[in-house]
Amino acid sequence: MSAQPRFLVVGGGLAGLMATIKIAERGHPVALFSVVPVKRSHSACAQGGINAAVNIKGENDSPEIHCYDTVKGGDFLAHQPPVRSMTLEAPKIIYLLDRMGVPFSRTGEGDLDFRRFGGTLYHRTAFAGASTGQQLLYALDEQVRRYEVEGLVQKYEGWEFLGPILAAPGGPCCGIVALDLRAMKIEAFPADAVILATGGLGVVYGRSTNSVICTGSAAAAAYLEGARFGNAEMVQIHPTAIPGEDKMRLMSESARGEGGRVWVPRKKGDTRDPKEIPEAERWYFLEEKYPKFGNLVPRDIGSREIYHVCVDLGLGVGGENQVYLDLTHKSREFLDRRLGSILEIYEQFVGDDPRTVPMRIFPAIHYSMGGLWVDYEKTPDGYYDPASPRNHMTNLPGLYAAGECEYQYHGANRLGANALLSCIYAGLVSGPAATIYAAQGTAQRAAEQPSSLFDDAARRWRDRFERLRRMQGRENARTLHRELGDLMIDNVTIVRTNANLDRTDDTISGFMERWKEIGVTDTGDWSNQELPFVNQLDNMLQLARLITRSARLRDESRGAHYKPEFPARDDANWLKSTIATHTPRGPEFSFEEIDTSLLKPVARKYD
Amino acid sequence: MRREIVLKIQRQERPGAPAAWQEFRLPYRPRLNLIACLQEIARRPVDAAGRAVTPIAYESACLEEVCGSCSMRVNGVPMQACSTLVDNLPDGTITLEPLSKFPLVRDLIVDRTPMFEGLKRVRGWIPIEGTYDLGPAPRRAPAEQGEAYDYSRCMTCGCCMEACPNFSGHAPERFVGPAPLGQAYYFLLNPTGRMEEGERLEALMGRGGITACGNAQNCAAVCPKEIPLTDAIARLNRQVNRRWLARLFGG
Ligand SMILES: Cc1cc2nc3c(=O)[nH]c(=O)nc-3n(C[C@H](O)[C@H](O)[C@H](O)COP(=O)(O)OP(=O)(O)OC[C@H]3O[C@@H](n4cnc5c(N)ncnc54)[C@H](O)[C@@H]3O)c2cc1C
Ligand code: FES
Repeated sequence: MSAQPRFLVVGGGLAGLMATIKIAERGHPVALFSVVPVKRSHSACAQGGINAAVNIKGENDSPEIHCYDTVKGGDFLAHQPPVRSMTLEAPKIIYLLDRMGVPFSRTGEGDLDFRRFGGTLYHRTAFAGASTGQQLLYALDEQVRRYEVEGLVQKYEGWEFLGPILAAPGGPCCGIVALDLRAMKIEAFPADAVILATGGLGVVYGRSTNSVICTGSAAAAAYLEGARFGNAEMVQIHPTAIPGEDKMRLMSESARGEGGRVWVPRKKGDTRDPKEIPEAERWYFLEEKYPKFGNLVPRDIGSREIYHVCVDLGLGVGGENQVYLDLTHKSREFLDRRLGSILEIYEQFVGDDPRTVPMRIFPAIHYSMGGLWVDYEKTPDGYYDPASPRNHMTNLPGLYAAGECEYQYHGANRLGANALLSCIYAGLVSGPAATIYAAQGTAQRAAEQPSSLFDDAARRWRDRFERLRRMQGRENARTLHRELGDLMIDNVTIVRTNANLDRTDDTISGFMERWKEIGVTDTGDWSNQELPFVNQLDNMLQLARLITRSARLRDESRGAHYKPEFPARDDANWLKSTIATHTPRGPEFSFEEIDTSLLKPVARKYD
Repeated sequence: MRREIVLKIQRQERPGAPAAWQEFRLPYRPRLNLIACLQEIARRPVDAAGRAVTPIAYESACLEEVCGSCSMRVNGVPMQACSTLVDNLPDGTITLEPLSKFPLVRDLIVDRTPMFEGLKRVRGWIPIEGTYDLGPAPRRAPAEQGEAYDYSRCMTCGCCMEACPNFSGHAPERFVGPAPLGQAYYFLLNPTGRMEEGERLEALMGRGGITACGNAQNCAAVCPKEIPLTDAIARLNRQVNRRWLARLFGG
């Protein structure tokens, strides 16, 4: 029996690394699991920046205003005490990252520089060129490496979490089962507390701005074992991405933050070179409709307007689903310094130079506001209670969730540059909460369990993978995945109708049947990439169902969720989170009141 | 002009197993990158002769050249497959091979652990006191930030290590390699990192350290992020020499 409590962190993006650092800093050993070397986590893709009301531009910005913008940006669906705790901590997080060596961009005086992002009127976004997420990820990765050298952190890179181990249905969580992706061995790992920080689920939609590893499969596995899932319908569509066959590559909001303008030719089917179209014949539709926020309206609004202009009005450039995002009025020197890496991405993958030719972009799946339900405990003045083990705990005791895989901070729509903040903050909160939980006389829980608990769990997963290996049907898993993605993109994105959602749900049932008919082409026992994917696809189908059914239930329009049949926000009936619980018959839904004790919901206007 | 894409891919089931070539043909479309091609093969794993094969094992994540996963040799040259467009390669068969300097895992996957071990050797972190609130970091001149930023974009992809004639992941003790050295320089650019200048430079001395660099300059030439690795190594070399001399004569 080990005297030390045992902590497992699953996922080494920003949230998982920060949680790991916090636990190790308290002197506890941590085992860190990740499907890829943590340095290759999806957080590396974040480009634009991270928000904090440091108020360096003389604008009288403050954490309270940041909180207001975040709550309003999320259309009042986020619990307010967590948001307020986060925005209060944000400036300290920026300073911490700066101390860790993140090469943040600077003002002439050597201070941190801040740019503007969507959904706010303040310069609140700190950035490191246009690869902020990469720089933040590396800084945390480096601190974890230091603990690794000191012997406090043990990494399991190239291991995939398959599911939690519960002492009984409903918890507590006593460990995980994981798969070694190289040797294809399945093992059980006992633990006194487990933190899931496994990121987003964009890959449920096939092509998105996410990395190809963002399948959401880990969160789905927790859901299937009884963890509640919140607000699955709230999936963010980013207004500006570069369509591609393999991926939708993001064109960061910072392109607009630095002055990029969105327009289409006023004349339908105008085939002229964009540079030959005079100002008067261009329609800067965002600037016209939203004079105050202009091109920097929140993402749900931006995406809807672009969709409307292309699909409903048929005014897309060249008759296709695309609009111009124009930076050509800015100097080359300015663009290289502020936006270099993202303009390179465009140049590299499209072949045009965005410094001289307006970019062509269209909305794409980007971020999941929904995710595993997590708890919190607040103080009388409306902040997290730092002594509570409940912060960031799922409904399964001992199982925590942090980062994009949980639902806590963004309500119905996330503001740009708030995700990096929320992920790091979730790590800062969940790590200590897990140590408090493990210290509460519960530390011996895993050690007290009979070894059969762990052996059985591992055996169940080994049996399952054995069954997958023997699948000999006619379906190809990758092709089925592509079809699922197309179905979801066509029906559960910017504009949702109940008739389509019902049809989509039926089709997903059909896909679940087709999944059983998959034929596995690789039955090998070494670095077999097909078997884990077949397993993930099963989980992705579950998530697709959750997203679709949650969307079907919510008969209103709020944030990213827009139903023309119910075009208004309906606080009387729908100011509540959608909570899904797994049953053998499929998801069962309940609803949770929102804590609006700090800010009264008001109409969400940006004009 | 290409009508179809012909890929010749080196397959190897596991370490020690025999390696063999397989050929695949795909219909041409503009702007296709190599990962998109591999994805297409996975949807229909059939080779050019019409034989069913296992899907090709390869690594990828971001698909936008920022995570470093997808390094491989394309027509013999190490690069990122995700940002390599078929359109930018010469007409004719495209060959894909795993990096050769690292232990092979399967097909196009290699084990790049030696690079991460190198980062440990060069003390690749800033020694902060703790994560609690200690106020802002020191101010930094924009020019210094600019220089640091260039090095901070190293995604541990391994292209420079592959191109380096002195590095071998099969015997990493012989030379730590260009990527960790670039990072060693990066941490010396940081005001807090500089406080440990002594230890950092010491870590580069001795067996497999900076003196094992033969100055072939291949590393900077293949870096997908155009990191000026040779500048870093030259500057580090001067600092290490100065320290060595000081130790010799300074007592
Ligand atoms: C292109 C792009 C640009 C963005 N730009 C910004 C921005 O400028 N500002 C901003 O605030 N936000 C931005 N975001 C959002 C932000 O990057 C993400 O929300 C955030 O990085 C998620 O971090 P995370 O720690 O939750 O997860 P991730 O970074 O996705 O990490 C997940 C980790 O979990 C591991 N994992 C997953 N499943 C398993 C499993 N089954 N077993 C073991 N390990 C597993 C992975 O290996 C990985 O280590 C952007 C997102 C995208 C797609
Ligand atoms: S997949 Fe990330 S660099 Fe190519």
